[in-house]
Amino acid sequence: MEWETVIGLEIHVQLATQSKIFSGAATAYGAPPNTQACAVDLAFPGVLPVLNEAAVRMAVKFGLAVNANVARRSVFARKNYFYPDLPKGYQISQYELPVVEHGTLEVQLGDNESKTIGITRAHLEEDAGKSLHEDFHGLTGIDLNRAGTPLLEIVSEPDMRSAAEAAAYMKKIHTLVRYLEISDGNMQEGSFRCDANVSVRPRGQATFGTRAEIKNLNSFRYIERAINHEIERQIALIEGGGTVIQETRLYDSAADETRPMRSKEQANDYRYFPDPDLLPVEISEEFIEQVRQTLPELPDEKRGRFVYEYGLTPYEAGVLTASRELADFFEATEKTSGGDAKLSANWVTGELLGALNKYGLDVTQSPVTAAMLGGMIRRIADNTISGKLAKQVFEAMWNGEGDADAVIAAKGLTQVTDTAAIEQVIDEVMQQNPEQLAAYRSGKDKLFGFFVGQVMKATQGKANPGQVNDILKKKLSG
Amino acid sequence: MSLERSDVEKIAHLARLAIDRDAVPQYARDLSNILGLVEQMNRVDTDDIKPLAHPLDAVQRLRADRVTETDERDRFQSIAPAVEAHLYLVPKVIE
Repeated sequence: MEWETVIGLEIHVQLATQSKIFSGAATAYGAPPNTQACAVDLAFPGVLPVLNEAAVRMAVKFGLAVNANVARRSVFARKNYFYPDLPKGYQISQYELPVVEHGTLEVQLGDNESKTIGITRAHLEEDAGKSLHEDFHGLTGIDLNRAGTPLLEIVSEPDMRSAAEAAAYMKKIHTLVRYLEISDGNMQEGSFRCDANVSVRPRGQATFGTRAEIKNLNSFRYIERAINHEIERQIALIEGGGTVIQETRLYDSAADETRPMRSKEQANDYRYFPDPDLLPVEISEEFIEQVRQTLPELPDEKRGRFVYEYGLTPYEAGVLTASRELADFFEATEKTSGGDAKLSANWVTGELLGALNKYGLDVTQSPVTAAMLGGMIRRIADNTISGKLAKQVFEAMWNGEGDADAVIAAKGLTQVTDTAAIEQVIDEVMQQNPEQLAAYRSGKDKLFGFFVGQVMKATQGKANPGQVNDILKKKLSG
Repeated sequence: MSLERSDVEKIAHLARLAIDRDAVPQYARDLSNILGLVEQMNRVDTDDIKPLAHPLDAVQRLRADRVTETDERDRFQSIAPAVEAHLYLVPKVIE
């Protein structure tokens, strides 16, 4: 039987506000336990929530970016359940009238393939605290610093048909919230968390199969693996005569499997009702317009512009616009390079990203600045150095040996472009290798590379490769 | 709509309320009466009525995004039943 997978994602994004969604306590990550949990966050009797304007603004900004309906009237509801990291006994969330409804997001799946994923809704809610299950004499420790941190929960339509599509959508949302500067998207710190609803059905069947919800998919690497494992598990179960039950499963990255959550962790009947402590929120046309004015150039627009303005391939443009910081770095490099977009794109996506990756750095932490890289590319373009020497220059700049001109001067890396000098080296190489010369002239064309290598070696890589090729060809053929 | 004994027990459990087993039939009757009233209200024609999310005809006031609370952990924790390493201690939830 041929199976089709159906996936929908719920993504929780911590909003980058200074204070909490309903209180004036700070939201900074990493503070000592319980120093940022005030009376409202602790649910002391008599306290009342007051909504943070910045959280509403950020939710609206997201809604506009995904072409969604932004509700003119939005209501907060209580989601009731008991858990010690939720002191009120309910989470303030939204149920019937979320801030954002019916959006869409286009996701690139390959160079020329894309898919539109529906966004059902995005609503505001408060985060819970953290439970620490280390040994406190059989008790659990609770840190409520995170309680009340604003979250935007973004719920997709069940539009994805493979783990790869789900990962591409998750990445796109991640890119988008960082472009919009509504979240730092830091997955290690829990600012960006994802749950997946996964089901399978025989291809061609109209109704959905029973879904399992996988929690805890907090990296791009894990989401694909976890979903693929869940798909295999469900298919094996059904083909073995069993049925999938609707349940919540946790992905265990160490064991690389999903397992059912224990019964006490299972979702209960939440008994939502409008929160009487909060009045309906009215979002005026004027407010929405004001937010619209703050929208930056969005990833898709930037990607398109990089293709037509700089003549880059869609792939290069996609890599360079994956984050606003990287796109800015590229544009600054291109500018200092004197307008060599292609070479700038090659160096940013190749050498620079490779080095950043290797050392686990973010582009904003790069020891080679855009001005330095652009300056180096200018020296390639004006033939001062070859692409090969440039790699040495790049490495030296990375190691803090100054900008390109300083490195070139200090290491004497200037490229040899003097035809007479190159000819002299070639003559010497030919004299020193009579056997290879004879072999080449009797038809062993492959030896051409050998001669290029010898000439480069003799010039310590400084000879202009194009000139070496041209002159060698003439001289070798006699 | 009438509630069964098991419905009452489930609701009580969700609300973490301890109820007297003998009182369950009475609760079931009382709650069923309330639901009966809701059913009666559901029959009213409300086509032209705007849904009401709050009895007050007012709009939520928003606050500026500023940190206004200071750290009062020591005061809050002085009345907590158990504290260690500045964490509130509670019975283990996961067995």
